[in-house]
Amino acid sequence: MKLRSAMGALTALGLVMTVSAASADTLADVKGKGSVQCGVSQGLPGFSNKDDAGNWTGIDVDYCRGMAAAIFGDAQAVKFTPLSAKERFTALSSGEVDVLSRNTTWTMTRDTQLGLNFAGVNYYDGQGMMVPTSLGVTNALELDGASICTNTGTTTELNITDFFRTNSMSFELVAFEKADEVVAAYDSGRCDVYTTDKSGIAAQRLKLADPAAHTILPETISKEPLGPVVRQGDDGWFNIARWTLNCMINAEEMGVTSENVAGMMNSDNPGIARLLGTEGTFGENIGLSNGWCASIIEQVGNYGETYEANVGANTPLKLDRKGSVNALWTDGGLMYAPPLR
Amino acid sequence: MAHDIGRETDEKGSLAALIYDPKARGLLFQIILLLAVVGFFAWILDNTVTNLTVQNKRSGFGFLNEAGSFQILTTLGTYLVEARPGKATYLDIFWVGVVNTLAVAIVGVIFATIIGFMIGIFRLSSNVILRGFATVYVELLRNIPLLLQILFFYIVVLRLLPGKREEGVSVGLFGLDLGTIPLNITGLYMPFPVTGEGFGTVLLAFLGAMVLAWIVGWLAKKRQEATGKQFPSFWVGLALIVGITLAAFYMMGGPLEWEHPEFRNEGPILRRGYQSGIGSVIVPEFIALVLALSLYTASFIAEIVRAGILAVPGGQTEASKALGMSNGQNLRLVVIPQALRVIIPPLTSQYLNLTKNSSLAVAIAYPDIVSVFAGTSLTQTGQEIEVIFMTMMVYLVISLVTSAFMNWFNDRMRLVER
Repeated sequence: MKLRSAMGALTALGLVMTVSAASADTLADVKGKGSVQCGVSQGLPGFSNKDDAGNWTGIDVDYCRGMAAAIFGDAQAVKFTPLSAKERFTALSSGEVDVLSRNTTWTMTRDTQLGLNFAGVNYYDGQGMMVPTSLGVTNALELDGASICTNTGTTTELNITDFFRTNSMSFELVAFEKADEVVAAYDSGRCDVYTTDKSGIAAQRLKLADPAAHTILPETISKEPLGPVVRQGDDGWFNIARWTLNCMINAEEMGVTSENVAGMMNSDNPGIARLLGTEGTFGENIGLSNGWCASIIEQVGNYGETYEANVGANTPLKLDRKGSVNALWTDGGLMYAPPLR
Repeated sequence: MAHDIGRETDEKGSLAALIYDPKARGLLFQIILLLAVVGFFAWILDNTVTNLTVQNKRSGFGFLNEAGSFQILTTLGTYLVEARPGKATYLDIFWVGVVNTLAVAIVGVIFATIIGFMIGIFRLSSNVILRGFATVYVELLRNIPLLLQILFFYIVVLRLLPGKREEGVSVGLFGLDLGTIPLNITGLYMPFPVTGEGFGTVLLAFLGAMVLAWIVGWLAKKRQEATGKQFPSFWVGLALIVGITLAAFYMMGGPLEWEHPEFRNEGPILRRGYQSGIGSVIVPEFIALVLALSLYTASFIAEIVRAGILAVPGGQTEASKALGMSNGQNLRLVVIPQALRVIIPPLTSQYLNLTKNSSLAVAIAYPDIVSVFAGTSLTQTGQEIEVIFMTMMVYLVISLVTSAFMNWFNDRMRLVER
């Protein structure tokens, strides 16, 4: 009897593993379980963070809600998995999450060696540095001899090393696993400098004892295009991920917002008609309904709306979009989506 | 199925008979189980390799020869293994992590043992204050999660220490200035030994003297067993070790210099403070980690020590008193040798726990193996399976060596029955 149950357990385990190993069709899986599993950060205000009521908010969170709206017509059909910088790629490639929307920098190694595909860029960031104003430092080239606090498992560790090596300056790197400990160590004076992506500095500065006593240096020492990521080897799912973002950017360019989208449904403008699915079968071609993009705009908003709501000038982060690289290409920025046709 | 056993069959030698033979049947099922288990693992391996290929992920250990371009905090590992960013390979970084993990484990075990034995003996003291202190210590520290204690000690250490651009903590007694301990928020600064030519010979002389001292001790023991005459082997051994080493040191012309840390109080503000790369430093992350790990583990060791001492029957003490032994002799020659037999096995588990718990270092930026190898190197190379496998092997090897040593020690401490 004992033997038989052991064999039974082995067979059952085998079946489970075969099923999870053979899931190459993510869209079918997601439709089957009724929600998108989205990997986010453990708490980065403006990008992915839990508010006081326990709801996830942020620009990365809105992207995942957009995917849910495109697939199910319901922006709430999404579940969030908070991941550390270290865990995130393993969680994605093992299938624990369907999409990773966690302020992740697009680099060549990640794109080519980790079995990942970047679906686009939803925030153009760059690494910056913050110092206590009392040090009297005004630019990064004065930082010779500094000790620097940062996170492990991110590109920031590499960029800061490169920057100091390039400029032949000495430094000491103190790398923590979680952002909260980095902030605590910096606040206690363990380090002279806190470095991470500039958007991250703006967010973490709010957690310091006296945010006003710290200065963000003007230099941006790296390019950090942040964007959503999916597994390699499922082109159908990759298309949905990429075009969810493109839909949001195109909608802003065409002036379609969550408020006017209902009225735009009868628009004669062929571009808008294709975007909202009243003309053509763009949604059906990628395995969704034709109203996929209309659902995203209606329930989540276009790119500009999510930007202003989460990280823009009127939020605590105060990342002014005007004149920055994150403005639309028509305003001199880099936000540019291929046309929907 | 017991009714099958010993059942008589007519067709001896035929295949059907084998099924009714309990021995053959047992063997058959065992072979099937073995095949199933082997097949299961082979299938897991195959599945993993296939999945990695499908995901276009790189595999194998080739990444170990590539250079990692990030800096590691100055620790014992970076003193022993050259770890310059862009030059050090992931294999070097692996060794830095291994050395740092070992450093925390060894220093932690030593402190935990000393504190644990002290608290354990305090627990049995007749002095109310000592006993009360020990009880509070044990109940407080073993009931708070270790990670919280590590973070607590780290923040406390950081908040207590003077700032980066201060020379250290000044020590004074009754208005008398006793100097400054070179300790600030960036660490405890000490001279760094710079060895010259011929230092290897001094080390060899030192090892030779150790062997000589051991031989003297062994001979003295033999003689005492044979004739009953005692010989001060400890003092002779010590004199041999110190004498021979010092003699070799001066004969080689003193091939050792101390590089003192340099404190600067002028120049650009960020260059002030202790200069990096001059002298040696123990970073506050290491101090906080060792403090937390050894205080926490000591609370468990204290209870083990108390249990061990209480396990020695009171009659033993009474007997030794009757023989005219002093309290110290009683403890040293009668109680502790017997208590150790009870103490050592659970003590081994505590040593292993401390080693494994040191992986929490990543929370406070101490570059142990989990932080620099299973952390940063893992995300930079993306080869989870290889990296995690190597990391697990490190802990496995450390743990097996520790328990092998403790088993050997336990054997030596065993009660010899005649």
